[in-house]
Amino acid sequence: MSRYELRFSGAGGQGLITAGIIMAKAASIYEGKQAVQSQSYGPEARGGASKSEVIISDGPIDYPKVTQCDALLAMTQEAANKYSHDLKEGGVLLIDSDLVKNVPPGNFKTVAFPIINTAKNDVGREIVANIVALGAMVALTGQVTRANAEKAVLSSVPEAFIELNRKAFSMGYDRALEASA
Amino acid sequence: MSKKVAFLQGNEAATYGALYAGCNFFAGYPITPSTEVAEVMSIELPKIGGKFIQMEDEIGAMAAILGASLAGAKVLTSTSGPGLSLKQELIGYGCIAEIPCVVYNVMRGGPSTGMPTGPSQSDVMCAKWGTHGDHPAICLVPASVQETYEEVIRAFNLSEKYRTPVLVMPDEIVAHMRERIVFPEPGEIEVVPRKAPTVPPEQYKPYDTQFGDVPPLASYGTGYKFHVTGLNKMQDGFPTTKAEIVQAEEERQVRKVEANADDIVTFEEYMLADAEVVVVAYGSTSRSARYAVNVAREQGIKAGMFRIKTFWPFPDKQIKALAAKVKGFVVPEMNLGMCAGEVDRNAQGKAPVLGIFRVDGEPINPDQILAKIKEVK
Repeated sequence: MSRYELRFSGAGGQGLITAGIIMAKAASIYEGKQAVQSQSYGPEARGGASKSEVIISDGPIDYPKVTQCDALLAMTQEAANKYSHDLKEGGVLLIDSDLVKNVPPGNFKTVAFPIINTAKNDVGREIVANIVALGAMVALTGQVTRANAEKAVLSSVPEAFIELNRKAFSMGYDRALEASA
Repeated sequence: MSKKVAFLQGNEAATYGALYAGCNFFAGYPITPSTEVAEVMSIELPKIGGKFIQMEDEIGAMAAILGASLAGAKVLTSTSGPGLSLKQELIGYGCIAEIPCVVYNVMRGGPSTGMPTGPSQSDVMCAKWGTHGDHPAICLVPASVQETYEEVIRAFNLSEKYRTPVLVMPDEIVAHMRERIVFPEPGEIEVVPRKAPTVPPEQYKPYDTQFGDVPPLASYGTGYKFHVTGLNKMQDGFPTTKAEIVQAEEERQVRKVEANADDIVTFEEYMLADAEVVVVAYGSTSRSARYAVNVAREQGIKAGMFRIKTFWPFPDKQIKALAAKVKGFVVPEMNLGMCAGEVDRNAQGKAPVLGIFRVDGEPINPDQILAKIKEVK
């Protein structure tokens, strides 16, 4: 049974739970696969460790949490240090190059670009950094098509912010491909 | 026509399940990790002419749903750990006054404020023994988003059928997990209506056992006038201390559930036919168990899972039968051995019970269960 495990990790308030939900929704509703999203977070509304986990499979998913991670997004140094240890050999680590200065060692592929800065300066709003990161994760993992992921993004955000999110998603997708080339 | 699907959280699914079952009254006091139920109810109930009330606390919320139920509403409250503790006195009131209601409790770390955002399964004993005195207990423990939806509907049905409070208790992982859900069409899942009186108001008694162990319940405001109290009562609802009446009524209240265990108790048997090691699991932990059982089978170990869907009444009969033929039980749970104790009580020394108990806010992973399966000799 194919089982693909993703973890979106960083700090509370970075929108990582939302990014995970949209990835899982893309797989489950638009891609026709099965997906489970779960999360763990601290009592703080902002700051504190936060992670969102997504399991994608062709068949039923039992254990809803990561056992051995295929793809990890780390939006803080702390998250990179804490979660890279169970990243699979040959897996992929995506980091924000401004926030994660010490790249954890391991037999996985590391892709780095300034995710938050891309949202802030190129898309125009820092708040969509999670969607930039999501676009990048979609590009790097290949679990859902670009079109299906975009549908999931656009069906998950308020009407007034559709263009902003479309741009954020596309930019993340393209930057990740450039950075991993 | 294809059915409506959505990607939902357990708590959201619970809310839509309640609405499917005809819930038209919700009272609650928001608390992590159950708050989404109150949120969605506050949006959905006004649309259908229902009532949503955020009460001053959990006690008030429990009182409000009991009152609304007596007026004929189908009622729900949602809470978590500390809130469940606060509701206990009135859950007991619901038991003795025999008022249908559904209490949705998401299990988080405890006791007291514990770990508000951490998962746990440590309220399962509170579901039966939290309120004092002998009383019936029905408690359902779903393991997926779809099942949470369906079990909330079943909870409403059981509460009406047996005229008693029913608890639905997902752990935090199931409550906050998101999965695809396929919504049933109206009429596809049975919705059990409340048994209405067949006698005119002047002949009506709220605990009239000539109609069986579950007497019909009239709704206030429909011309039927009757007394409701938390004191031990006679058939007309007024208090009594007459020994033979109190004895008979207490026994009936418990019997109406216990004697119908076969109608209430549900479970899943996974690879049990030839199993030598049986993992007894429930809620999100059963998902780790299924994973571990699959790996064990690949390694040639005859493992299986008995998944508890109804925690109370406990599946005594089924565990007893398994104990007679297996080498041992493994019970993983996010508490210090609540279910394991029940399994051991039923195993009666015929099979060892090995527990995996975690209360650190982390889920029990498949590796831990697999390792324990291998310890059974």
